Amino acid sequence: MPIDEIPLISAVNLSKSYGSHQVLSAVSLDVPRGEALCILGPSGSGKSTLLRCLNMLERPDEGAVFLDGALMGYEEHRGKFRELSDTLESRQRSQLGMVFQQFNLFPHMTVLENVIESPRRVLRRPKGQVLAEAHVLLDRVGLSSKAMSFPGQLSGGQQQRVAIARALAMKPKAILFDEPTSALDPEMVTEVLQVIRSLVDDGMTTIIVTHEVGFAREVCDRFVFMEDGRIVEEGASDLLGGAAAHARTREFLAKVL
Amino acid sequence: MKNLSEASPAASTTGSRQAATDSSVAAWRERALRLGSTPHTRRGVSTRVIVAVVVLLILVVAFIDFIQRPALQLDVAAKYLFAPSVLEGIANTLKLTVLSMVLALVVALLLATMRLSKNPVLRGISGLYVWFFRSIPLLVLLILWFNIAIIYPKIQLGIPFGPAWFTTDTQQIVNGFWAAVLAFGLQQAAYTSEIFRSALLAIPAGQSEAAAALGMTRRRTFFRVLLPQALKIAVPPISNDTINLLKGTSLAAFIAVPDLLYSVQTIYNRTYTIVPLLMVAAFWYALFVTVLSIGQYYLERALRRERRYVPQAQTADLTAVVTGSAGAAEALEPEPIRASREERF
Ligand SMILES: Nc1ncnc2c1ncn2[C@@H]1O[C@H](COP(=O)(O)OP(=O)(O)OP(=O)(O)O)[C@@H](O)[C@H]1O
Ligand SMILES: [Mg+2]
Repeated sequence: MPIDEIPLISAVNLSKSYGSHQVLSAVSLDVPRGEALCILGPSGSGKSTLLRCLNMLERPDEGAVFLDGALMGYEEHRGKFRELSDTLESRQRSQLGMVFQQFNLFPHMTVLENVIESPRRVLRRPKGQVLAEAHVLLDRVGLSSKAMSFPGQLSGGQQQRVAIARALAMKPKAILFDEPTSALDPEMVTEVLQVIRSLVDDGMTTIIVTHEVGFAREVCDRFVFMEDGRIVEEGASDLLGGAAAHARTREFLAKVL
Repeated sequence: MKNLSEASPAASTTGSRQAATDSSVAAWRERALRLGSTPHTRRGVSTRVIVAVVVLLILVVAFIDFIQRPALQLDVAAKYLFAPSVLEGIANTLKLTVLSMVLALVVALLLATMRLSKNPVLRGISGLYVWFFRSIPLLVLLILWFNIAIIYPKIQLGIPFGPAWFTTDTQQIVNGFWAAVLAFGLQQAAYTSEIFRSALLAIPAGQSEAAAALGMTRRRTFFRVLLPQALKIAVPPISNDTINLLKGTSLAAFIAVPDLLYSVQTIYNRTYTIVPLLMVAAFWYALFVTVLSIGQYYLERALRRERRYVPQAQTADLTAVVTGSAGAAEALEPEPIRASREERF
């Protein structure tokens, strides 16, 4: 990959405070197309906040995010940033899929309806096409037989796989995972990680916040380690667990493993 | 084995520890198996039956006694049950209820969204509205609306302080009936907006976030994701209020709107058959409340479709992905994934 290619996702100088509590301090991050990046760090270090700033679920106080070279959430206006309209911002956001720790499926819709809702209504794509794709996606996450079930009737692992299918249905340029397996029983973790692994293998750009270090080492290309709202260390993910020069990461891994 | 013997008090008193343990465990196991297959009976079934029979008997006797009382004059009641003025009263009561509730629902939804919006002015206005309409007694509102022409004699449509395209006397539009609709509807809106607000607040924040991440605008999120879930929560308390409103519309009699109770009163003021005519009113009110309750049941059922749904037999959905997941994760390259390779994104 040429070094001068525009990164698919780029965060420049992101800062965010809640009241007097600085949660992100000038975080910069580049994610090239096709990379699988893993974010590690202790609880409260700002990992979720960083992800939520990337798709503007949370507005950063300072800094900018670029998706495929385009500024997210704002437009330039006389040398200043001006917030985009709700419509434009929503359209931008739909290009960046997100999978949450708590799944957040819509409980009043069936699995199939969850998957087709946004392609149908946000992208206004024809129903037949969307349905056909939804079935392929549900098949892909191993849940075609659950299309007519409601989220409340599924196990946690199944719900999370539906959430991934739902994100994929928007054909996003990248997907953000915020601790996708942290709310799951151990025996359901594998089935979800397996689906994520297949996405990465297919070349999907992914950022994943996870405590599954083994998975991160195997599947991700690169890791960053966050602490107190900063990226303090980063490196190739095969170095995770090895005797690398990343002192803070090593210390952290020693605690979680 | 050691744990078992310690748990059994019999074991410690015997000399041959091992043997005693084995036999007492065997005895315990035998008893446990026997108890495990003993049929269950509910405690106090016979007492319950006796209590129920006695209570029912008392009720039946009281009811028979009541309907045989001469003061009821059920024949008179039957005569007036379908009297034209009663039917007209019923029509007015139902129209008042429906129109007021529709007005209340529309205004309440607006108020609730204003109250939850990020705009402090809208939040303030909504709060003020709720404060005002909850503070003023309904009867005062009713009489105020009825006399609104004293404050605003004319209704004009046009540019403020400029020319008017259309002018009419207020009294022409806000007659007794519409004064009642406005009074009931606008006050009910204040209460109902609080129901909507609490229902919307009950929905986890993750729902809006997930919708936003899928590219939905705030408006679409509200109508497709939040409102359907909020309605489910709001239906029981709103049904309650509708039933209250149905009976509460009899207050309209104060401004001479001939509702059900008013019509009945007009008749018994003439004939002095008070009790039978109150029976007529009670019958009709009870009938409509029953209909409303049945409607509520079906509405709740319709909104709760995810609870009603019975899943198909658990098919082998997981087997594709998880078969042998106890072993190496690499072993489970699932069929579906390979099938969709050419699909890409
Ligand atoms: N809406 C909010 N209001 C105030 N403080 C917040 C808010 N959201 C997050 N924080 C604070 O910001 C800090 C970083 O939170 P964040 O959720 O990003 O951490 P995290 O690294 O994802 O932690 P975890 O591993 O526990 O999920 C925490 O100290 C948290 O208390
Ligand atoms: Mg987090």
